[in-house]
Formats: sequence, C-alpha cells, structure tokens
Amino acid sequence: MTETTVPTREGYRIVGRSPAHHDFADKVAGSLLYAADWQLPGMLHGKVVRAQVPSARITAMDVSAARALPGVVAVLTAADVPWNQIVEHASGGLGELAVAMPVLAADRVRYQGEPVALIAAVSPQAAEEAAELIDVDYQDLPGVFEVEAALEPGAPLVHDEGNLLVTWNIGGDAAEVDAAMAAADLVVEGAYRTQRVEHAYLEPEAGVGWVETGGIITLRVATQVIEHAGAIAAILGLPANQVRVISSYMGGGFGGKEDMTVEPYLALLVWHTRRPVRLVFERQESLLATTKRHPFVMRYRTGVRRDGTIVAQDVDIVGDAGAYPYLSARVLFAACVCASGPYRVPMVRHRARAVFTNTPPTSAFRGFGAMQVTFAYEQQLDRVAAALGLDPVAVRERNFLAKGDAIPTGERLDTAVAVGECVRRALDALGEPPRPSGPGRRVGRGFAANMQPYGRTMWFRDRAACWLSLEADGSLQLRSGVTDLGGGQAASLAQIVSEILGVPLGEIGVHIGDTALTPPAGGTFATRQLYMSGNAALAAARELRARLLPVAAALLGTAEDDLVFEDGMVRPPGGSRGLRLAELAAACHQRGVPTSHLGTWYAPTGAFDPASGQGSSFPDYTFGAHAADVEVDLETGQTRVLSYAAAHDVGRAINPLRVEGQIQGGAYQGIGYALGEEIVLADGNATSTLLANYLMPNAVDLPDVRVVVLESGEGKGPFGARGIGEPSIANAAATIANAVAAATGARVTQLPITPERLLGALDALAVETDTVEGGPHAS
Amino acid sequence: MTDGDKQRVSFTVNGEAREAWVFPHESLLDVLRDAGCHEVRYGCGEGVCGTCTVLLDGEPVSACLLFAVQAEGCSLLTVRGLAQGAAQPGEPHPLQASFLRNGAAQCGFCTPGMLLTAWALLRREPHPTRERIRRELCGNLCRCTGYSKILDAIEDCRQP
Repeated sequence: MTETTVPTREGYRIVGRSPAHHDFADKVAGSLLYAADWQLPGMLHGKVVRAQVPSARITAMDVSAARALPGVVAVLTAADVPWNQIVEHASGGLGELAVAMPVLAADRVRYQGEPVALIAAVSPQAAEEAAELIDVDYQDLPGVFEVEAALEPGAPLVHDEGNLLVTWNIGGDAAEVDAAMAAADLVVEGAYRTQRVEHAYLEPEAGVGWVETGGIITLRVATQVIEHAGAIAAILGLPANQVRVISSYMGGGFGGKEDMTVEPYLALLVWHTRRPVRLVFERQESLLATTKRHPFVMRYRTGVRRDGTIVAQDVDIVGDAGAYPYLSARVLFAACVCASGPYRVPMVRHRARAVFTNTPPTSAFRGFGAMQVTFAYEQQLDRVAAALGLDPVAVRERNFLAKGDAIPTGERLDTAVAVGECVRRALDALGEPPRPSGPGRRVGRGFAANMQPYGRTMWFRDRAACWLSLEADGSLQLRSGVTDLGGGQAASLAQIVSEILGVPLGEIGVHIGDTALTPPAGGTFATRQLYMSGNAALAAARELRARLLPVAAALLGTAEDDLVFEDGMVRPPGGSRGLRLAELAAACHQRGVPTSHLGTWYAPTGAFDPASGQGSSFPDYTFGAHAADVEVDLETGQTRVLSYAAAHDVGRAINPLRVEGQIQGGAYQGIGYALGEEIVLADGNATSTLLANYLMPNAVDLPDVRVVVLESGEGKGPFGARGIGEPSIANAAATIANAVAAATGARVTQLPITPERLLGALDALAVETDTVEGGPHAS
Repeated sequence: MTDGDKQRVSFTVNGEAREAWVFPHESLLDVLRDAGCHEVRYGCGEGVCGTCTVLLDGEPVSACLLFAVQAEGCSLLTVRGLAQGAAQPGEPHPLQASFLRNGAAQCGFCTPGMLLTAWALLRREPHPTRERIRRELCGNLCRCTGYSKILDAIEDCRQP
C-alpha cells in the first residue's frame, strides 16, 4: 500500500505552519471593508425590479410613474441595454444548446425573480418606492417545473430551442453494459433525488460602481471572477479595457459569486447615470432569485460479483438547470465523470443531462455536480454490502481505485489515491460507538468516500499569473488577480512566496483581484487557486530568486547553490554574515538587474471527445472519507448527529489551521444539505424567501467535526498540495443516509432527510418486512 | 415622509457621543451604517443571522430589529470598541487574539457578531461549558467554519 502519511513539516520554514495573516487581523478587528461598505460622494442606490411570476409573456411595461418620482435618477429596461446578453460557453464548445440569456427580460419571463428593470435613486427608500410604481402586464404562459415533466414530449418549452441543454455520455455502450449486468451475481438498483439549495453566504451580493478617470466604468464588487469585466464591457458596448472590476474580500461565495450577480445591473446604472451607485441584494431577493445548487434525479444499476467486486455500473443523471444555462453544462460534466466515485468499474455507462425548467437558474456551488452523485454511489455500495451480507468497508476495499488505475474517461490516475486510509482514519476517529439515549431511539454508524476534481476541465487550457516586486527597503509586493472568498486564497500565496524568498510574512504586501492592476489569475472556483495561483506564485518566486542569486553570490563571494534566503536576509550556510534584502535590492539596481518579475504558470491541457466519452477531464482529484454516528428517534423521525469525522488527503497542508477550517466548514455545509436545507418551490413560486425558513445549521445543531489531515505529498499544487475547498462538502449526505440506514434499516433516498421522509421510509420498511416475514416489524 | 418627520436621537457608540436625525421607521442598523459603523453588517434584515449584532447597554441585540429611536440614551458597543479593553493601545482584545490564534474566522462576515455575543457571555458567566457557549451562539450564524474553531477560541478565553 502506498497510503502512508508523509511527514512534511521538516525542511520548510513557513509552509506547514498556521500564521494569522493580514486578512484575519482585519476581520477580527472589524476593519475589513466588504463590497457593501464602500461609500462615495453623491452615491446613488440601485435596485433590481424582478418578475413576480415564473412563466409569462410581458405584454406591457409602464415605468413613467417610477421615473417621475422625486429622488429617482434612472429607470432602465431591456430597451436601455446596449447588448442585452449574458454569454456563457460552459461546455467549452462541446455541445450544449445555445440559448440567449438576457440581462433584463424584454418580452418573456422564464423564472420568478428574473430581472425586468433597474432603478437608481438618491436613497434606498426612493428606489424601493419606485420599484412599487413599475407596472408590468404579464400574460401567464404554461410553465414546466420538474425535470421529468420537462423531458416529456409536448412539454411547455422554457426556450424555443428546446428543454434539453446538454447530454454527456461517458463509458461503454448499452449492449456491453447490459451484457456485463447479465453476467453479474447481483444487480442493485437505486433511484436518488437531491434538492435545490442556497449558498447562503452571510454577505449578500453587493457592489459599488463609479466612473474612473478616463471614463473607465469601475466596479468594486463581491465576485469570485473579476474576468467578467469582458462580459460587462460587451453588455455596455464598450471595449474590454473600459471596464475595471475590483473584487473585495468576500463574506463567503461557495460558487454563488462565480457567475455575475450585481455586476451587469450596477454597470448599467453607473454607465447611464455617470454617478457612483451602490447595489446590494436583499437577503430575501438572494433567496428568491440568485443561482442555486442543481437538484439531481439519479438512477443507478450496480452489477457485482458475490464477493462484492463491481463489474458494471449504469448511471443516468438528470440535473435541473433552472431557466438559463449559466454553468450547468460543466456541472453535469463533472457529475458524469465522477458518477462512479473512487472505485474501479470495468464497464461503465454514465449519462448526464441538464434540463431547463421555469425555476431560478442553477449553477456553481461548492462540489459542482461531483457532490450530488456521492449521495447515490455511496448508498449503492452500502446496499450491495447489505444484500451480500458483507462488511461495507470490505466491499469498498475490494473496489477502491489505486494510483495507475483508469477512471471512466480512460485517464489513468498518476498521484496517490489514499481513499482507503481516509475511510479507516475517519472511522477510527469516531471512537467507540455510542449507545441510544433512551427507549425508542436507535444509533447507527455510516461513512462515505469520495473523489472531487481540483482545477478546471483540461480543455479550457488554464493559466494563472503572479507578479512579485522586491522593493528598495527589502519588503515585497505580491500582485495577483486572485479573489478571496475567505478561505485564505491570498494569504496562502504570501506563505508560498515567503518560503522561497525568505521575506517575513509581515513584510509582504498582498494586492489582489483588480483587472486594471493585478495580473490575471482566472477566478476563484473549481478548487483551482491553490493549484493554479499557488503554482504561479511558486514559479514567480523561484524565477525572481534565480535572478537575485548571481548578484548575491558575487557580493558574498559564495557559490549560488549554497545561499539561503531567510528572515529577510541572504546568507551563506552557517555563516553569520549575510545580505539584507534591501542591500541586495540596491545592488541589483546598481547592476541593472530588475527586481520585479511576472511569473505565469500553465496547467497541463488535454482534449475530451464527447462522442466517445473518452479523453481528459480534470488535472487531478482529491480523495476523502467522512464517518458519523447518528441517533434516530423512531417516534418523531428526528435524526441527530452525535459525532462526525472527516479525513482527506490534501497532498500537503500549506496552512494546516486553514485546511482544517475548510474541511470542518465543508462537512458542516454538507450536513445542512443532508438534514434540513431546501429551497421549496410550488409550481415555480417560492414558498418562502425568508432566511428564517431556510434551515441552515446553527452552533447547537451539530457536533464538532473531527478532522484527519493526510499528506501524501503527491498533489499537483505547490509543494505537492491538492485542493481542499470543495472536496469536503460531498460526503456528508451519504454518510448520514448510511448511518440512518445502519440505525433503522430504513433508507432515505431523497434529500433532505426530514423526519417526515424518514418516518415514511420506516413505514415502508414495516410493510415490506410484514410481506417478507409474514409478521409485524419489530422495532 | 419629509425631513420634518425626522426625530433627534442620541446615544454613544464605543464611548463616543453620537447624534442623528432619523425617521421613526429607520432601523438602528441603517443608521449605524450611515454613520460609518460598517463593522455592523447587513446579512438578512430578519434578526436571524446575527451579523448586525451590537451590544446595547451590554446585551447583544440585532440592530436590524430595532428602530434607531429605541436606542435613545443607550450605550452601544461594536466590535471596534472591544479593543478599548485591551491591555495596550493598538493590541487586540484577548478574545480577538484568541480568534486569531484558533483560526476562528474565515470570511469574517459573522466575526464581529460572534465576538460581541461571546464577550457578553463571558462577562456574565466566566466559565461556560462548550454546550453553554453553543446555545449562546444560536443567534449568530456562520457559514464557513462549522463553528468548531469559534467554540475553541471562546473556550480558550474562559477564566480558569
């Protein structure tokens, strides 16, 4: 077995430690200025007017009363938008249906909450009153609200082009898979449904925009992707260099600030009024209308031999894209690649489709399609174990992928696959199983393993840049277009650079997320920034060091190879004398050696063939496992999580405290998904837009998440790190579903696992047991 | 409503006297933010998330659920006032230092509210159990950390 934990702290000065960075200090002091905190003289307040119905034709819109209201400076409709389109090519040209996404709905409304008009006014109250005065005539059209209905022949069309956005196929053909199933000792079938959920970052979508010198439309917004500047410019009919986007440190994002949120609306209001404008989405507006996680309907057939070896898997996934494409094509691609999880399956057929409905658009959300499938594949394997009378751990150990194995796309894994060790360590971390706290209560233990990609799909030819400047006083400037969600995206770059150049963290100025002043880093999503910008920062630091070395060696009369960069000095080994970096900078200046360097890192690329379903998917994967003890109250159907553990191989922990935080936070968000969170719609209408009715866990609802960090040293990020932003959210739902089944024998296959659903599953089990055993179910 | 409907309200923020003319329907949150207290944050406007927590005469309240006029004559503390109790000027309050040490902030949006709720708890009860701290934090949501490191940080500040 190669699953060993490599000790990695040795030999590093700062990598592997957990210093509190600049961003932490500002956050704890309360001095950080988020997107909504910016104030400018003469600033107006923006407001988006949204459709109240999910599917309708707009027959008339009267904005005259709103325009006449004192304090209102602008009221804009679709006719005022120079180019009324949001362009997204989420599949990278590999076959999604092309449909138009308007910035403002002109004649057709496709989901409740779709933007139809914009207001800028001197106060938020005036903007609010003006919104009430806008009179829209809607002629209701038949809508479609569930994916199964949308796929029916003759279903109402969300877009004239059709309801099917994309179909991905990976693996063998139907006949081969059916033959393998026929030859299997056992075929387990399962159907699973996951729900629509909200990112619920605590900072609502927000931004302030203004016109900068030279007429540059400048937006300071909470965004994961400053590169949307190009799309914003296109909407305004301006050249790309006339729009500047600055990302503030975000109060969470989780993928929900990956697509544009306030940007096009804010830009239109600034461009039209030529005045500073602030636009903040209300929480209720955010719950109503911003992007959500895709509900999935998943059908699995798993063929196994008597000993638990998987011989074939047939998977059909339908994801609800909502009313517009956004990133659905890519989310369903990730689902299609990962649908069999971290297991060797000799014969697979995976099909994943994204389907339009008249519901709020779904798009990126931590886990990005690879997490919903975990709920299915990990319950399938527990069912296999139960049907064969085998231990669920043993069944998985028989099937785990190993380094060198092929995944369903035909690619071979070329880094460590420590998934088995993750399962063992997570289960060990739980300790002794608990006893029920009273009569009518059952306890059970469950676990789930997973694989989650990090880095963009390989045919997107990813790259990131980082610019380092050694200043005359020996301090360092780090400039990167990275955006920071709160996961330490900027801080980890400083730590990497400090490791190579020996500049103390406190002497590194970190400047991020500005299309005008920082080199492009490509957005913070897909768990890509430690991998991409981490490698770019490492490359930039090494290249700058290589440029400084000959100067330092000449001054110190030492061989270049012997020099050590530490504590703001360059020293020969063991020597007490050395050069301060300020002295080195001055010497470089004298000799005409530049002390500023732009490093660009290019990720390995590949191609994917959608016809054969074979090719390159993602650069690499992060593997992990979670385990939990739960207690179920048979009377009420209530599930309580008693203890929880999470283990992931992160390759190398650059900042262990932040790594633990990512894993704990992901597990927590996943448990909320498992047990309570859901955006409930009735025929496309929100049943509530109150945060009070969105059941995200508070401090009392959960136990502490025990974290096991494994460091195989084999990731593709800097120093062998893997990404850990997304992977830790995926396991929770299957872990809890498996624990509930272990406790009660009842399996809940639809999320969230509410008391009502669990009681229903218990009733169904009692009926089934009656039929099979001819006697009452003993509880 | 016209400016004639405005009322004068005076209170102190972090020990400093403040006076404002406000409409009777204006929330304390909006008035504080307009006055430059951006560390008091809008997260939901329903009193659910706790990001607008301030201490009103020493007790945590959601500023979004109070009218500004209700704060008349009161003493308000925001997170920027916490460090006034630190041993040295410019140093963080021990609770803030503990949050830094324990990695108890990620995105930081909930952090001021968490700190204030914890501060009020520790003043009332110097040695709360972990379960007691959990219950006290019920009104302050965090979406990033899973709460464990926040609990660690508060436990670290209990009196022995």
